[in-house]
Amino acid sequence: MAATMKQIDWIAIGTLSDIPRQGARVVRTQQGDIAVFRTADDEVFALRDKCPHKGGPLSQGIVHGKRVACPLHDWKIHLDTGHAVAPDEGCAASYPVRVEGDKLYLSLISNEGCPKL
Amino acid sequence: MVSTIVGVRTMSREKLVVIGNGMAGMRTVEELLKIAPDHYEITVFGAEPHGNYNRIMLSPVLAGEKNINQIMINDDQWYLDNGITLYKGKQVTEINRARRYVKTADGVEANYDRLLIATGSHPFVIPIPGNDLKGVISFRDIADVDQMLVAAKQHQHAVVIGGGLLGLEAANGLKQQGMSVTVVHINDTLMEKQLDKSAAKMLKKSLEERGLHFLLATQTEAIIGKGHVERVRFKDGTEIYADLVVMAVGIRPNFELAKKAGIYCERGIVVSDTLQTYDPRIYAIGECVQHRGTNYGLVAPLFEMAKVCANHLARYGIGRYGGTVTSTKLKVTGIDLFSAGDFTGNDKTEELIFQDASRGVYRKLIVQDNRIKGTVMYGDTIDGAWYFDLMRDNTDIGDIREQILFGQAHLGDSGHGAENRVATLADTAEICGCNGVCKGKIVKAIVEKKLYTLEEVRAHTKASSSCGSCTGLVESLLAMTVGGNYSQAPHVKPMCGCTDHTHDEVRKLIYDLKLKSVAAVQKTMEWKTADGCSKCRPAINFYLVCAWPGEYQDDYQSRFINERAHANIQKDGTYSVIPRMWGGETTPKELKAIAEIAEKYQVPTVHITGGQRIDMLGVKKEDLPAMWGDLSKAGFVSGHAYGKAIRTVKTCVGKTWCRFGTQDSTSMGIELEKMTWGSWMPHKVKLAVSGCPRNCAEATIKDFGVVCIDSGYELHVGGNGGVKVRATDFLCSVKTPAEVKEYCAAFLQLYRENAHYLERTAPWVERVGLTYIKEKVVVDNAGRRVLAQRFLDSQQFAQVDPWKQRADGLDAHEFAPLKAVG
Ligand code: SRM
Ligand SMILES: Cc1cc2nc3c(=O)[nH]c(=O)nc-3n(C[C@H](O)[C@H](O)[C@H](O)COP(=O)(O)OP(=O)(O)OC[C@H]3O[C@@H](n4cnc5c(N)ncnc54)[C@H](O)[C@@H]3O)c2cc1C
Ligand code: SF4
Ligand code: FES
Repeated sequence: MAATMKQIDWIAIGTLSDIPRQGARVVRTQQGDIAVFRTADDEVFALRDKCPHKGGPLSQGIVHGKRVACPLHDWKIHLDTGHAVAPDEGCAASYPVRVEGDKLYLSLISNEGCPKL
Repeated sequence: MVSTIVGVRTMSREKLVVIGNGMAGMRTVEELLKIAPDHYEITVFGAEPHGNYNRIMLSPVLAGEKNINQIMINDDQWYLDNGITLYKGKQVTEINRARRYVKTADGVEANYDRLLIATGSHPFVIPIPGNDLKGVISFRDIADVDQMLVAAKQHQHAVVIGGGLLGLEAANGLKQQGMSVTVVHINDTLMEKQLDKSAAKMLKKSLEERGLHFLLATQTEAIIGKGHVERVRFKDGTEIYADLVVMAVGIRPNFELAKKAGIYCERGIVVSDTLQTYDPRIYAIGECVQHRGTNYGLVAPLFEMAKVCANHLARYGIGRYGGTVTSTKLKVTGIDLFSAGDFTGNDKTEELIFQDASRGVYRKLIVQDNRIKGTVMYGDTIDGAWYFDLMRDNTDIGDIREQILFGQAHLGDSGHGAENRVATLADTAEICGCNGVCKGKIVKAIVEKKLYTLEEVRAHTKASSSCGSCTGLVESLLAMTVGGNYSQAPHVKPMCGCTDHTHDEVRKLIYDLKLKSVAAVQKTMEWKTADGCSKCRPAINFYLVCAWPGEYQDDYQSRFINERAHANIQKDGTYSVIPRMWGGETTPKELKAIAEIAEKYQVPTVHITGGQRIDMLGVKKEDLPAMWGDLSKAGFVSGHAYGKAIRTVKTCVGKTWCRFGTQDSTSMGIELEKMTWGSWMPHKVKLAVSGCPRNCAEATIKDFGVVCIDSGYELHVGGNGGVKVRATDFLCSVKTPAEVKEYCAAFLQLYRENAHYLERTAPWVERVGLTYIKEKVVVDNAGRRVLAQRFLDSQQFAQVDPWKQRADGLDAHEFAPLKAVG
């Protein structure tokens, strides 16, 4: 998977069962909140907790499929890429997450593709 | 045969071949691409040398209001982008069903696993001498329009045979191009299939004012000329000059190709409710088909068919086409005309008519048993969509009969009445107040992005996606911009894009099949998405809460954040806290407690709400449980200001203090609030009790309002302030507080069990009719008690203070971060 040989600092953030299915929890960091989502079939994704529309907290939205509906104005955001579902346009930075057994690890170096802030 | 292994992407995709590059065929492909983009390798044959264009817009093109480029729906690039092979200008002449391929006149072959026939129809040409002369054409495609435009430049006299929709649009277009035009019609009124005599007369008058000539009740006998048309002769022996004759006398479904291949046809290719022909590999759709004995000649039904057909091609196997109620608009700029359903009536129906000849306005409704069966409107058609909706919903109009002809605006809309005439608005006029979208922007999006439905306009412009009060305006704009029947929603309204089931079907099956979880509902009813969306999940969750009190485990992940967190999210991500203040009454002790708590948690804003209580705004989510704990100790419970739930019961001071008070309205209100608080509802519910008819608590704009009178209590239902003010309907008068409570509980339970999620009592009462509610709550004494009892029973489980529960540790994860780093 990790094609780049960049050294990644994985931070232990808790366990899968800490996050409700079809829900999210927030990790507080110095660069702002990161929302960690868990889908119905236990996939885990992390996005910056700021909607590309007007900054709504995505962690508070309804998770469905691999998407979250922003609580403020109902934009839908793809959890895997951070991109807004068309025709809306915008992107919330996404972060690598690793699941090992029940344990979750997060990297604070966001994936390529979206503006960092 | 290509076999599909479930769950595994096959190496080679199945082959879908489409014959006909028109509106129905390509709409099906578009729908298919939306739901199963990778399922088929698609090949399209079109006899016309163009991409896919919007045939109904040929009329505005002829009239010079649009050009061909503006009416292309999908250009060549679209086919490329979607990996579709398109053969333009190629006519399929053979379908080989045994070996499953099709072949064109010039020998191109294509194999299929599934075939879709969408060959449309032929214009009917009257079998009279001279019908093959040069200058005699029909009005069907781009080639016809090109011919007409050329003729208009060179010639003077045009004769249009046929006074129906198409004929009149052709005549208007040719007139606009500068020709002198005579319309010849065999019947003695115009558009007899869509209009009654009165409306037809008004139409004829305004078309004459624009310079068109009419020969009604006139039958054409021959077209005369040497090589090119020169004259037209009628049965009575008279003749008129003509350089151009347009025949617009009807269409014939184009099914020869199918018939030749041995597919069963009658007056069209006969298809089932899944749009399959008698050969199940072969689908047919559009004007070439006959479904349940009916042929269609308008786009709205084709679009409904397309949805179902695509769904079936994608192997979802759900969705049935059940026929369409159609409506018509004439696309002649400046003439407003609308008709739908049965507009002539019979001995069982009655007519409601409004006519104002000097303003040129005419409205007729055909009504049977208080249901609208059809409508004809002329001059002012702004309410056409509304009548059409009432008709499709089979709404009982008994309660609005007196005002209905004056239109929806008359029923109350915060005084926006005249503003609703979208056609007259400037481009800069704001249509959607919530999202600040103006008319020009919406029209531009509709045209440029080729939007057809309300949903698409919402997605692209955000107009009408918030409070929804401008939905009617946006629909009118759609109708106005794209003409024809584009705007109409399908005649059954699915809950959301995840399913074809309606709210009512979902509710019924929940009871019938004893479904007890969101997932079970979605699985049993074959949801198209894995786990629904932010529209259907909260709805299903509420239906389950309502159906199985005490038994169903509330699915908090299917609730909107406000209800999940039991507080209102604010624009900066903080929350607001509004404790209950029973009946709007409080004490110095309570106020002190609130003051101390507000200080302790450094609440930036304290506001007296419009609901007679106190709002503490700007609280951090992490502080909520502790703050609730303190409020709980001071005797407060949640005010549910965040929920689709019982909100407030407003009261006035009543007879304890007021010199006019007739009853103790404050105590009545407090009792009602104690009885109803905590209950989840389809939408928010507000109550009020006023001590006398001066009505200081504004009971007549509440969902359930009580007005005290000397002899007891008047009960009012279905009101609200807000987006669209609606005053309540009077339900009945009762004598005692116990009765007030019983009627209130019964009314609320009926609403909970019957309304669609997110439908407030006001639109609900309008949809089901006050009569229905009176029957259940007032007339049927035993039934009322049963309803009230069901409400009280479910309240045992609902009246647990969610704030205290969370202060005591429930759902702690909701209020704390997973981790703080660095
Ligand atoms: C706080 C308050 C304004 C105030 O400071 O006075 C308020 C605040 C909000 N109202 Fe309201 N409404 C408040 C009284 C009203 C009233 C007045 C009343 O109840 O007498 C009305 C008109 C009466 C009515 O509902 O019929 C009112 C009609 C609305 C509407 C339009 C409802 C409609 O059916 O048209 C909305 C939008 C909605 O619900 O979809 C709305 C929505 C909202 C929301 C929930 C908007 C939102 O989604 O965030 C606001 C939440 C603010 C918050 O975080 O607390 N609010 N809102 C009032 C709280 C009352 C309470 O004690 O619970
Ligand atoms: C001028 C005009 C105005 C109209 N206005 C309205 C309106 O306001 N509202 C409304 O609802 N409806 C209107 N209609 C009707 C509407 O356009 C039709 O109902 C709709 O286009 C039918 O769609 P279809 O796909 O069945 O047929 P079409 O759109 O006609 O498509 C069929 C296509 O198949 C092609 N084809 C046929 N046989 C073959 C073959 N063997 N091989 C390859 N290709 C083949 C044809 O060339 C054609 O392009 C109007 C129609 C016209 C002509
Ligand atoms: S409180 Fe009500 S009126 Fe005020 S901005 Fe919010 S929704 Fe609009
Ligand atoms: S802030 Fe997310 S939709 Fe507006």
